[in-house]
Amino acid sequence: MATVFQGLGATAAITAAANPLDSNKFLLSSRRSFSGKKTSLVVVRSDGSLNLNTGSSAGARRLDKLVTNAVATKADAAAAASASKPGHELLLYEALREGLEEEMDRDNRVCVMGEDVGHYGGSYKVTRGLADKFGDLRVLDTPIAENAFTGMGIGAAMTGLRPIVEGMNMGFLLLAFNQISNNCGMLHYTSGGQFTIPIVIRGPGGVGRQLGAEHSQRLESYFQSIPGIQMVACSTPYNAKGLMKAAIRSENPVILFEHVLLYNLKERIPDEEYICNLEEAEMVRPGEHITILTYSRMRYHVMQAAKTLVNKGYDPEVIDIRSLKPFDLHTIGNSVKKTHRVLIVEECMRTGGIGASLTAAINENFIDYLDAPIVCLSSQDVPTPYAGTLEEFTIVQPAQIVTAVEQLCQ
Amino acid sequence: MALSHLSSTRSNRFLRPLAAAAAAAAASSLCRPISTSTEPLVIETSIPFTPHKCEPPSRSVETNPQELLTFFRDMATMRRMEIAADSLYKAKLIRGFCHLYDGQEAVCVGMEASINKKDCIITAYRDHCTFLGRGGTLLEIFSELMGRQGGCSKGKGGSMHFYKKESGFYGGHGIVGAQVPLGCGLAFAQKYNKDENVTFALYGDGAANQGQLFEALNISALWDLPIILVCENNHYGMGTAEWRAAKSPSYYKRGDYVPGLKVDGMDVLAVKQACKFAKEHVLKNGPIILEMDTYRYHGHSMSDPGSTYRTRDEISGVRQERDPIERVRKLVLGHDLATEKELKDIEKEIRKEVDEAIAKAKESPMPEPSELFTNVYVKGFGTESFGADRKELRATLP
Repeated sequence: MATVFQGLGATAAITAAANPLDSNKFLLSSRRSFSGKKTSLVVVRSDGSLNLNTGSSAGARRLDKLVTNAVATKADAAAAASASKPGHELLLYEALREGLEEEMDRDNRVCVMGEDVGHYGGSYKVTRGLADKFGDLRVLDTPIAENAFTGMGIGAAMTGLRPIVEGMNMGFLLLAFNQISNNCGMLHYTSGGQFTIPIVIRGPGGVGRQLGAEHSQRLESYFQSIPGIQMVACSTPYNAKGLMKAAIRSENPVILFEHVLLYNLKERIPDEEYICNLEEAEMVRPGEHITILTYSRMRYHVMQAAKTLVNKGYDPEVIDIRSLKPFDLHTIGNSVKKTHRVLIVEECMRTGGIGASLTAAINENFIDYLDAPIVCLSSQDVPTPYAGTLEEFTIVQPAQIVTAVEQLCQ
Repeated sequence: MALSHLSSTRSNRFLRPLAAAAAAAAASSLCRPISTSTEPLVIETSIPFTPHKCEPPSRSVETNPQELLTFFRDMATMRRMEIAADSLYKAKLIRGFCHLYDGQEAVCVGMEASINKKDCIITAYRDHCTFLGRGGTLLEIFSELMGRQGGCSKGKGGSMHFYKKESGFYGGHGIVGAQVPLGCGLAFAQKYNKDENVTFALYGDGAANQGQLFEALNISALWDLPIILVCENNHYGMGTAEWRAAKSPSYYKRGDYVPGLKVDGMDVLAVKQACKFAKEHVLKNGPIILEMDTYRYHGHSMSDPGSTYRTRDEISGVRQERDPIERVRKLVLGHDLATEKELKDIEKEIRKEVDEAIAKAKESPMPEPSELFTNVYVKGFGTESFGADRKELRATLP
């Protein structure tokens, strides 16, 4: 992560320090990125303020700003997001591709491997066009052998390449679990620091449109206890591009969780280069009454429930935790200290999911600030059924969120 | 005594002209120094190579006296090191799993002789000798085995996790077969960076039945990766003999569309020739499989006596007939490159070196408690970690 901040020194410090509250939220960086050159770029924190400091003390200077609504429904909200320049509109999978392309341009060592990523263009079109631009050696079509090509990616990363391994569906990566757990996560430790594994493992997961049990898995709960890896979940085109770039630049192995249903989300994102902090949560909607923690697709269910709740007079604070490992306990803690009530809404299963770990973490650290027990709404502990109605019951629906908030806030 | 050796030498092509003079000198009780000559010597391997879909290399291996003596010294050091590790394990200074390589030394020594440090080697858990061959020191090895700070992985890896990045040694892996896809990744990186180097991915006859091996083989052959898959066939996969685990024991043929070569893994010169041939082949034609027919004297690990699934007669039979160090000793004595006494002196010297390394390693301290939390993530990422009781041993990483 140190590399992210290097460019800030000269250009950002002088201008930004003068006026952090400026409506020009993004420092213009006129130099575009080309391979081999380091651009000065800005780490834009999720609330729109500039990140000027390294390390966790940056949180001390947080500003309570409303970040634009992630689902770009209103034009003025979208405009407020990128006040300096109009930016450009695109879908989430295009944002991922943009991030990927920029990083591949910038660094020759970045390569993509996965099933159908090359000539086919990616089963979710994330890598469309990249094979034509970068060639077969940098965008590799692999045979259907997850264990082998994930292992290959890790071996290549040991020598200094920066591969991105795409699982066509996250569930398929279960076949590569041994490689991810033992070699990806642990090699930096067992080699005494000799090897770093700067690999990015990404793919779509989650409950989609009646894909059936095996294609609707949520692997974040299985991977969360592997030591040495970082996990992030993207939810908007803005953070998808930012997290993708940050993940590629990170020296640690990062698993980027995308969601099958979010690929066609449209949003206006800035033209300038930007990166999202990998370990930070995003404040979606500040509030006073209750903290709702969520990530990935459930963010939209929560925001839908929030509309109903606001009409009923509640003021929920919605945080998209984004960083699944490690948790951004700083943001979450500050929120708990303010609202004293927590509701976790997630798509993982009840048993052993991200929500379960988050509940434990918050209880351990912030028990003194809680006025009520933490409620965790998760998917049912069942294989996802095919029938549409049953599938709806498996995951958390906005109505359930509204009920839970009402109960908690009594 | 040297004269009698001269007359009974085997089929060596060159009789060194100085030999006669040297013999005379020896006879006059002047101590002749051990040979450091680099004049080429051509020796035939005892059995020919068995090819699969390729032309086998010639049986005549070019070497020189200095190299032969280096082989002897290196293999004797490895043998001594493994025996010492055996005693340390029984003395409970080495814990956990300890997989010993004695009997198989010819494979790693022969391989080293044909490659350079830019080529990569990756192997499984029987890695002590391979690490030594790649430039590791005895002190690093013993410190790591005993879990001390001075170890190559700072005491945090253990017997199965030796690595040396600067010499191209990529470990050191505990899960059977998982290192082969990693090896393909190393070869992929070599191809990506356009170095003219190769990767040797070693695995055993037990691992040869793993699916990921065939997946990796398919990908490597498809993309023409410069990888050499080396099956160290010691005929036993843990406690199961190869005939009980594999339908087809010809591991060199298992590649089917990938060429293969079966090599006598107890003959260091055969191994050297095969690896040299493989390196040249792979840089032009894509992957190749080498099967090294070798044997381990110890059990699978120190927790395995090694005698429940094979007879002691078999073990001692192999030791008498095929031991790699004895072969080199006979070659050296046969070509009059050193006397018996000199070889014994080398062995004594090695024993002393090993004992010194062990003594020094025992003095190395255990890792600091804060080392528990270092190297989990690469430095620069702030995190907090808790000890088992969640209250103490808290470390905030920079």
